[in-house]
Amino acid sequence: MNDQLPENILELRGLKTHYPIRGGVFRRTVDSIKAVDGVDLSVRRGEVLGLVGESGCGKSTLGKSILRLALSTAGEIVFSSENGEVDLRQLTRAELFPYRRRLQIIFQDPHSSLNPAFTIFTAFDDVLKRYGYGDKEARRAVLGDLFEAVNMPRHYIDRYPHEFSGGQRQRIGIARALAVDPELIVCDEPVSALDASIQAQVLKLLQNLRQERNLTYIFITHDLSVTEYFCDRIAVMYLGKIVEIAKSEEIFGTTLHPYTQALISAIPVADLDRKSKRIVLEGDVPSPVSPPSGCAFHPRCRFATDICRQQTPKLQPSKDYPKDHLVACHRVEELGVLGHA
Amino acid sequence: MGTAQSEADVVVSVEGLRTYFYNDNRCNKAVDDVSFEIRSGKTLCVVGESGCGKSVTASSIMQLLPRLARIEEGSITFNAQSGALRIDKLDRNGRAMRNIRGGEIAMIFQDPMKSLNPVYTVGFQIAENLKYHTRLASRAIRELTIEMLGKMGIPLPEKRVDQYPHEFSGGMRQRAMIAMAMACNPRLLIADEPTTALDVTIQAQIFETMLKLKAEHGTAIMLITHDMGVVAELADEVAVMYMGKIVEGGTVEEVLRTPRHPYTKALLASIPVLGRGRNQQIEPIRGSTPDPYDRPVGCQFAPRCDYAGEKCAVMPDEEYVSFTHRVRCWKHQEVAPDE
Repeated sequence: MNDQLPENILELRGLKTHYPIRGGVFRRTVDSIKAVDGVDLSVRRGEVLGLVGESGCGKSTLGKSILRLALSTAGEIVFSSENGEVDLRQLTRAELFPYRRRLQIIFQDPHSSLNPAFTIFTAFDDVLKRYGYGDKEARRAVLGDLFEAVNMPRHYIDRYPHEFSGGQRQRIGIARALAVDPELIVCDEPVSALDASIQAQVLKLLQNLRQERNLTYIFITHDLSVTEYFCDRIAVMYLGKIVEIAKSEEIFGTTLHPYTQALISAIPVADLDRKSKRIVLEGDVPSPVSPPSGCAFHPRCRFATDICRQQTPKLQPSKDYPKDHLVACHRVEELGVLGHA
Repeated sequence: MGTAQSEADVVVSVEGLRTYFYNDNRCNKAVDDVSFEIRSGKTLCVVGESGCGKSVTASSIMQLLPRLARIEEGSITFNAQSGALRIDKLDRNGRAMRNIRGGEIAMIFQDPMKSLNPVYTVGFQIAENLKYHTRLASRAIRELTIEMLGKMGIPLPEKRVDQYPHEFSGGMRQRAMIAMAMACNPRLLIADEPTTALDVTIQAQIFETMLKLKAEHGTAIMLITHDMGVVAELADEVAVMYMGKIVEGGTVEEVLRTPRHPYTKALLASIPVLGRGRNQQIEPIRGSTPDPYDRPVGCQFAPRCDYAGEKCAVMPDEEYVSFTHRVRCWKHQEVAPDE
C-alpha cells in the first residue's frame, strides 16, 4: 500500500440524507423520511467494510449518498487522495467529475441496470468515450480486457443483455464499475439475487479483483453469513444510524448491541452442530418518518430502560473491549455480551 | 422413502411424478420422476436453485399448474380425512379438488403482496376460506378470523381484521397469509419460499409460528427453500433437487453430515457458514445450470461435476444407501465412502 496516502480513504461526518415527503396543493414539504440520520464512518484504504441491516435501515441510501446518487442533506463526505482531502458534498458537478471515476457502484439487480436495447459494447461505449479511452478499436480492446478480468470471453461484448444469465449479468455490472479504474467500489447487495452456487463465483471474483487492483469495498448486504466471510470490518445499521461497528471477528465473537445480537441469532445457520437459541424480536422496524425518541431500537429491545427512551446513545468505544469496537447503547457497560445467547 | 415404515401417518405420497411444460413445440421436463412422502408432524425441505422444479412440484400437488403444463406420469396420493385420494386424477377445477385446496392442503406463497387481493380487507379474505370450507355461522367465522390473526402475533387483531393489505407491513402480510392457510387446520401445508422476501428478524418470527403450528396440529409441512441454513434449522427430511430430479434425499442429519451426491456436497461447500470465521474456504460450483431445453445427456450435473466419468452419460437410478437415505449418482461411493 502507498505510504504517503492517508489511512482513511473516505470519512463520513454526521451524514444525513432525508427524503422529503410532499403534500397539499402546493406540494410543500410536509415531512421527511430520515433514511440516513447522522452517520459517522471512516473507511480504511484497502479494506472491505460490510454494511448490514434490515430493509429500510438506510444502508443503500448511505451507499448512494457517498456517490452523490442520492442527495444528502447535511454532513460531510471527505474523500482523500494524493490531492488531499475533499468534501464531495461541496463540489459542483464539473468539479466532481474527476472523482466519479474513483468511486463506483455495483447494483443489486443486474437485470434492471443493463439497457436491453443495446449490446454491451454500445452501452459501455459512452462511458469509455467520456473518459477518453481512444478510438473505437482501443475501446473495444479495453472492454475485452475487462470481460476477461471478470472471467468472460472477449467476444461476448457484442451480445445483448438477455443473452446472459444472472451471474454473468452481475459480472458485467462488475466490469462496468471497473471500466474507469476506481479506488473505492460500493457493492450494493451484489450477490443477493444470485443462486448459491453462482454467489460463490461472484464473491471469489470480487476477492481476486480487490487484491489485483488494490480496491476498497463498501459491501452492503443483509446476509450476515456472507459478511462474516467477506468483510474486514462490519457496521450494523438500524433506522438510519450505525449502532455497532467492529472487526468482523469482534462483531460475531463479542456482540455488544442488543440489536446485533438479535440479528445474528435470527440467521438460520447451515451447521447442525450450531443450534443456538433464537432471540425473536417483537414487532416490526418503526417508520423512518418518525423514528422513536432516544435509542431508535428501544421499542423492540429487551433491556430498554428510561434513559433509552429519552436520550440518543452515542457511537463510542466501551471499556473492557477494543477501542475500535464502537457501539451505540446506553446499557452496554452493564450488559456486556450478556444478551448473546 | 422407507416404504416399510408405518403407512398410517403418511399425509401425501408422490410417486414417479413427471410434470412437463410445452412451449413453442418444445418440451421442458420441469419435474422428471420425483418421488417422496411427507408424514404428519414432519417437515420436508425441498432445496435447489432457481429452475430446478421445486415450485412446479408444489404446484402439481395443489393442481395449480399453468395451462401449458401437464402431469404426464406418476401419482400423487393424498390421505384426506375421507380416505386416500389420487390428486393427479382429479379435475383441477372440479368440486373434489376445490374442497381439498385451501382446506386440507394449504399453501403459502413467496410474495404476500401478490397473493392478497388489495381491494378486500384481510379479514374478508381469511373469512372467505372459512366460509367455503366450514359450516360455521358468520359471527363464529369472524371470531375465528380474529383469533387466528391474534395467534399469528398480529397486534390488535380486532382492529387489523378490517384493514386492507396495503396497511400491513411485509411481515404482517405474510403472517396474514399463514393465518389464512392455517384457518381450516390443513393436514398439509406447502410453503413456497415463505420468507425469502422478508428480513431475518421477521423470518425468525414466521418460523416460530410455523414450528408452533406443526407441534400443535401435527401439520405436515413441505417447505421449499434455497437456503441451506433454513434446512438445517427446520427440516426433518430433505430432498435436494437439480434439473427436475431429486438427486439426494434423506433425513437432515444424513444429507447435511454425509452428503452422497456431488451436487449436495458442492452446494454445501459453496456457501459461507456463520460462525466459521474469515478463514473458511468456499468453493464455487463451476459453470451454470444448463438450459432446460438443451439438456446434457445422462446425469444432468455431470458437466459441472468433479467426479464425472464415462458412466455418467447415462442417468443413474435412485439407490438407497441406508433405510432413508437415497441418492442418484454412479459415484456416490467415491463422494462419501461407507463407514
